[in-house]
Amino acid sequence: MKRITPGRATQYVLAYAFAVVWLIPFLGVIVTSVSPFAEVVRGWWNVDIRNMSLRNYLGAWAHDTMPIGQGIGNSFIVTVPATIVPMLLGSMAAYGFLRFRFPLRTTMFITIILLLAIPQHMVAVPLFQILNGLGLINTYWGLIVAHCAWGMPWIVLFLRGYFSTLPMEIEESARIDGAGTLYTFFRVVLPMSWPGLASVFALQFTWVWNDFFLALITVYHPDRLVATQRIPLLRGQYHVDWGILTSAAVLTTLVPLLVFILLQKYYVKGFVGFSSK
Amino acid sequence: MTKRQAELGSAAVFVLPAVAIMGVFIIYPAVATLVLSFLDADGTFVGLRNFITVLTHEDTINVDRFPGRSPPWGSLIHNGLWIIVHLPITLLLGIILANLLHNIIGGPVIKAIIFIGMVVPMIVGGVIIRFLFDASSGIVPHLLRSLGSEGLVTRTWTAYPQTSLAALILGSILLWTGFSLTMHASGLSTIPKELYEAADVDGASVLTKFFRITIPMLAPVTSVVVAMTLLWEIKIFDIVYAATEGGPGGSSMVLSLQMYRYAFRRLDHNLAATVATILSMFTLVVGLWLLKRQRKGEGA
Repeated sequence: MKRITPGRATQYVLAYAFAVVWLIPFLGVIVTSVSPFAEVVRGWWNVDIRNMSLRNYLGAWAHDTMPIGQGIGNSFIVTVPATIVPMLLGSMAAYGFLRFRFPLRTTMFITIILLLAIPQHMVAVPLFQILNGLGLINTYWGLIVAHCAWGMPWIVLFLRGYFSTLPMEIEESARIDGAGTLYTFFRVVLPMSWPGLASVFALQFTWVWNDFFLALITVYHPDRLVATQRIPLLRGQYHVDWGILTSAAVLTTLVPLLVFILLQKYYVKGFVGFSSK
Repeated sequence: MTKRQAELGSAAVFVLPAVAIMGVFIIYPAVATLVLSFLDADGTFVGLRNFITVLTHEDTINVDRFPGRSPPWGSLIHNGLWIIVHLPITLLLGIILANLLHNIIGGPVIKAIIFIGMVVPMIVGGVIIRFLFDASSGIVPHLLRSLGSEGLVTRTWTAYPQTSLAALILGSILLWTGFSLTMHASGLSTIPKELYEAADVDGASVLTKFFRITIPMLAPVTSVVVAMTLLWEIKIFDIVYAATEGGPGGSSMVLSLQMYRYAFRRLDHNLAATVATILSMFTLVVGLWLLKRQRKGEGA
């Protein structure tokens, strides 16, 4: 048991003060989302706890013009394949870059690293034109394909780093037993790599779900908008219905928040590993 | 089939699908954007004319208003101010908080709370900022009123050109600090305890240990945080779109939103491509700097 020194006491006071500063905005959003509009305009810190209800959530879920429930459904339709497909193709490429020698290997790999620094705006107009030419504007397929491409560079980079930490002996013994490269990869390497794949899943899923820009330029049909696209449209021009807006915000955040809580360890490892290697 | 041919075959199967999808949907469009920035609407080569048009336009740099009058000062200035204010504050807060929360009861929970800013979609982050600075429902104007403030800071910050950019930058500190904190906290946990024990034997003070051990040992992490933060600040889009749409009157316009407006509202693809290329030049400088540092760090 440590002694409580003045320094240690200061540390605690400061730490908890920071915690309060960060908690207040999120608390405000949650309180507002369960309070009647008439009370929120007087400040969410004045609301009457007895009048709290989930009415705003129902209102946002089945909103007249921009139901967030439909948006969340659409977000799932996009996010699930846009997470799984680049995980599959990206992990194969990562393994290929690590284990096989081929022409232009280093050049290609450096190019992939540099792609990480390019903003989505750099591809926006031609990407729109390509997808339009393929008839994929206003379809989930166009957005899914865009996300598959966009997530690929960091997945390849991250998993190449992860695979390089795996022991070679197991792969070698599989090869000596006569297993082909595809068999070795899918039956030996991938099953050993589930912590790395969990990091990729957590981050790619969150990034696709949270994305706004790619959706903004590829999906325009009101019924097909994903959840993040609906939030600015729920805002209203002059008068903001904070109850509806904050409930929609909470509902949209719930999914990535759940991913973070359930996969916190892998989530953070993805962040740290991807940047330090 | 020789062994070499077999290896090339495997490489193709493993690498080509990913490379093809990146080639078609990232590399080709990026190159096409670069080309568009040197052409006019008819497809004629115009050299650097688009760049001169963009960089001398008041949307980008407004010399009449900056710095003497209130915003709009132009998107490039706004992004620059964002970096000047947001980078040092989030960096310092991250380092301080990582040390403050190290080895205390409740530390991991507080870290997770601060990290929520990184988990929420940034479009929601924009809503949170607007909410925080709202005249009636927002806590910031309310607190300032109760401290005796008057005037603009007690109204809706995002609705006035004098305060909209400040609200966004301050709010973005709230959202991004979790990144700096998490990175530095994981860096702290890798510093060997023996270093501190040796310093204790020498009778080093807390501050000496902080500046002579902690800060230098965290330097590799800090440089990653600096680079990622710069990239985020240069590319900032969603929170501006959700909180102010760049307004009022362009007072919180940023480069990425300027590009979007040129491309998808005004349908001027060439000027939009030019803004995008300028954006990419900034981000590539940061990317190349990070790449160089990392290679040096690996000793390769």
